Amino acid sequence: MSEILVLKNITKAFPKVIANQDVNFSLQKGQVHALLGENGAGKTTLMNCVCGLYQQTSGEIFINNQAVRIDNCSQAVAHGIGMVHQHFMLVPELSVAENVILGLKREKDFFIKIEDVEREVAELSEKYHFGLNPKAFIKDLPVGMQQRVEILKVIYRQASIIILDEATAVLTPQESEELFHIVENLVKQEKSVILITHKLSEVMRLADQVTVLRDGKVVGTVSKEKTNERELAKMMVGRDVLFDFKRGKELEKSLKMNVENLTVIDTRGIEKIHQLSFSLYSGEILGVAGVDGNGQLELSEALTGMTTYHGGSITLADKTYKHMSTKESYRNGVSHIPQDRQHTGLIMERSLEKNMILADYWKKEFSSYGFLNQKSITKHAATLMQSFDIKASSPLARIRELSGGNQQKVILAREISRGPDILIAVQPTRGLDIGATEFVRQQLIDERDKGTAVLLISTELDEIMQVADRIAVLYKGEFMGILDRDCLDVHEIGLMMAGVRKKEMEGGYDEA
Amino acid sequence: MKPKNKGSIDYKRILLPFAGISAGLILGGIIIAMQGVNPFYAYYYLLYGAIGNKQSLISSLLKTIPLGIVGLAVIFSYKAGIFNIGGEGQFYLGAVGATLVGTMPLPIPALMHVLLCIVAAIVFGGLFALLPGYLKAYKGFNEIVITMLLNYVALLFTSLLLQGPMQEPGTFFNRSSLFVPTALLPAVFPGQRLHWGIGIFLVLALLLHVLYRYTTLGFRIENVGLNRRASRYSGENTKHLMLFSMIISGSIAGMAGAIEVMGVNGRLVENFISGVGYDGIAIALLANLNPLMSILAAFFFGALRNGASSMQIATGVSSSFVYIIQAMAVLSVITMPGIPRIMKKMKARRVKNHA
Ligand SMILES: Nc1ncnc2c1ncn2[C@@H]1O[C@H](COP(=O)(O)OP(=O)(O)OP(=O)(O)O)[C@@H](O)[C@H]1O
Ligand SMILES: [Mg+2]
Repeated sequence: MSEILVLKNITKAFPKVIANQDVNFSLQKGQVHALLGENGAGKTTLMNCVCGLYQQTSGEIFINNQAVRIDNCSQAVAHGIGMVHQHFMLVPELSVAENVILGLKREKDFFIKIEDVEREVAELSEKYHFGLNPKAFIKDLPVGMQQRVEILKVIYRQASIIILDEATAVLTPQESEELFHIVENLVKQEKSVILITHKLSEVMRLADQVTVLRDGKVVGTVSKEKTNERELAKMMVGRDVLFDFKRGKELEKSLKMNVENLTVIDTRGIEKIHQLSFSLYSGEILGVAGVDGNGQLELSEALTGMTTYHGGSITLADKTYKHMSTKESYRNGVSHIPQDRQHTGLIMERSLEKNMILADYWKKEFSSYGFLNQKSITKHAATLMQSFDIKASSPLARIRELSGGNQQKVILAREISRGPDILIAVQPTRGLDIGATEFVRQQLIDERDKGTAVLLISTELDEIMQVADRIAVLYKGEFMGILDRDCLDVHEIGLMMAGVRKKEMEGGYDEA
Repeated sequence: MKPKNKGSIDYKRILLPFAGISAGLILGGIIIAMQGVNPFYAYYYLLYGAIGNKQSLISSLLKTIPLGIVGLAVIFSYKAGIFNIGGEGQFYLGAVGATLVGTMPLPIPALMHVLLCIVAAIVFGGLFALLPGYLKAYKGFNEIVITMLLNYVALLFTSLLLQGPMQEPGTFFNRSSLFVPTALLPAVFPGQRLHWGIGIFLVLALLLHVLYRYTTLGFRIENVGLNRRASRYSGENTKHLMLFSMIISGSIAGMAGAIEVMGVNGRLVENFISGVGYDGIAIALLANLNPLMSILAAFFFGALRNGASSMQIATGVSSSFVYIIQAMAVLSVITMPGIPRIMKKMKARRVKNHA
């Protein structure tokens, strides 16, 4: 077995942070090498140096034992390196085939025949079992499929080293499973894979080698056989992560939100939420489980005023809304952790501190007579950075410069620290390392203990089972049933996620 | 464009307009040299014509005023994510509004009359921006096309008025009657042509600077422009705010029109200015959307134009050459942030060729 990629003493310094320091790393041909580390440990940055987005400040990169310089992405491609980024880089208005050739520079491609590309894409898709239609538009594809386009892009460029940055963070368990097969297939075709992930089960499942980074430095490299999840977690976080939550006693409940016959139709005319009714009480966490794409996004957006609903009503604080704006939702004490952090939850070009007051700028603390109170804005941000362990050079750092997980933490800190009456959280721990995941789940429980009504929409069943008091299962825009924490049955939830109603199950017993 | 943080002064962004102007002059100089004229000689006369003596300095400043205020108008809508190409039309309608009030003898003090004219211009300019603003914010129309077409509407409408109801009685010229003396903008120095429009411009630039840098309203407007979806997410009524920004933008451009007729001509004349809306865009870009920098950018434009003829007389370099310098400066500002990237690429290519 030979070393296909070796990094020697790589250091990458940004003006205010050192993201990587003396990193040594080696990838064997035909293997999967997992790269682990907390949020902001420097995983993405290191790989960006390999794929030509950044240049290392010092250190060397060897490919097949040859020292190489990688100054830009096309050089990386020439060396057979391809990366699927944490946040996709696809053009939604273009087709799959068009996205695949986008940015490709080969002289003979000056006049491209799109039919040829479509044929090639179809062939590759066949070979790796991607099931992609080259003519489909990106904007019509679910995330899992979009990701396959990203992978296909890389394969099309004949990469032999494939880097996947948190590839499964946005995938459903089924889609993840399919991705694992794809990775196994890639390895069979003599390709080498670097896998960045926060999910240790994936590491144990796929990786041959594991390297753990902490604060930009390598903590160690181990082979999978010689380690286990617990040890890896400890290497990453420096302590045991047990997911052992403290929850307070149940409080007296009062109705906080009542949803009746909610119907949401999307822009293409498809009914995404169908006549949905439920109530949300103070001091509880209502978990909404279900396979992604069953109306989770639409439900959260309707409840927070981000989208209009076409039937039914939402009652907040004794007021019933047939239409609701984001402002009305906000003024009723609703906090919203949105599914899409970069386009919805944050203004990437603004500083961290300004993002912390995006909606709360008007509060006495942050402004008086229409003038921003700069000092207390900075102080507020610094406090939240501390309590949510957000890694950034200062409150003035631009959000764009933060690592993916730290961007997510900015939203969490802002929405939770507001002291909401109702907290609507969609995939709140997506992209967080396990230490931060544990912390955030405990925060959700603490909010509940304080009397907040929490609606947790998540496709991770583990997450919901750990924190929710009641669990609803969403299937094709309807609840298949709502279960109590005390009488949980994983098998039953599984059936409901596949579209079997709770009533039907009970009905079945009646007949028997 | 990117906002800035208070506390950390972003020198690069502030230096950019200066760098752009320098680059424009250098590139222009090279082209002049290629014509066989000593560029220093040409620039000497350009400078002399622009600020060589008191009279020429005043002329430069007079040209600066309308350009600068329209530049601020462009900045105002741009911050909210709307590209207002209609500055010219709003400028003309503002002038029409001011003329309606300014040619009417009113039994009020001069200051009140001037203010009333400006208010009329603000209302006219703002109303004229209402339609494109509404279509953009609420219906998703392309504001660029609409505002551009409305420019023609405004220009032709003004001509129509000046050939009919607003024409000075007893002349064949397409122009209005003179403003009554109480409605004229007073001069800064007695006996000189420089009027108080310059003060209005400077104060307005300062106000906008304060707005974006220190106030919640400015914060919200910039949020809409930077990420409309995130702004809505944060509880903002983005449609209102965009419409508001467009109306204010139109009002500012309208005000510029009023100031021009009240300060310079003393009456509305057909086609009394041309291209001011487009120049405003160029100035906003040259200033890198920074209101204070727009003072510098507008003066640069004003001075170039004013000095152009003396350059032509002395050296034979055509006066329209200054437009090339302007364009070079604006292009420099737009491209300069990308230059480090291009340099890196070129370096990479060199290394590759050596290898
Ligand atoms: N362009 C940049 N400018 C300045 N600092 C940066 C930039 N990109 C990354 N950083 C900093 O480098 C550090 C490492 O970031 P990186 O994105 O590599 O983390 P990561 O390990 O991928 O984390 P995550 O799991 O959250 O994605 C962070 O502290 C981040 O703030
Ligand atoms: Mg990352």
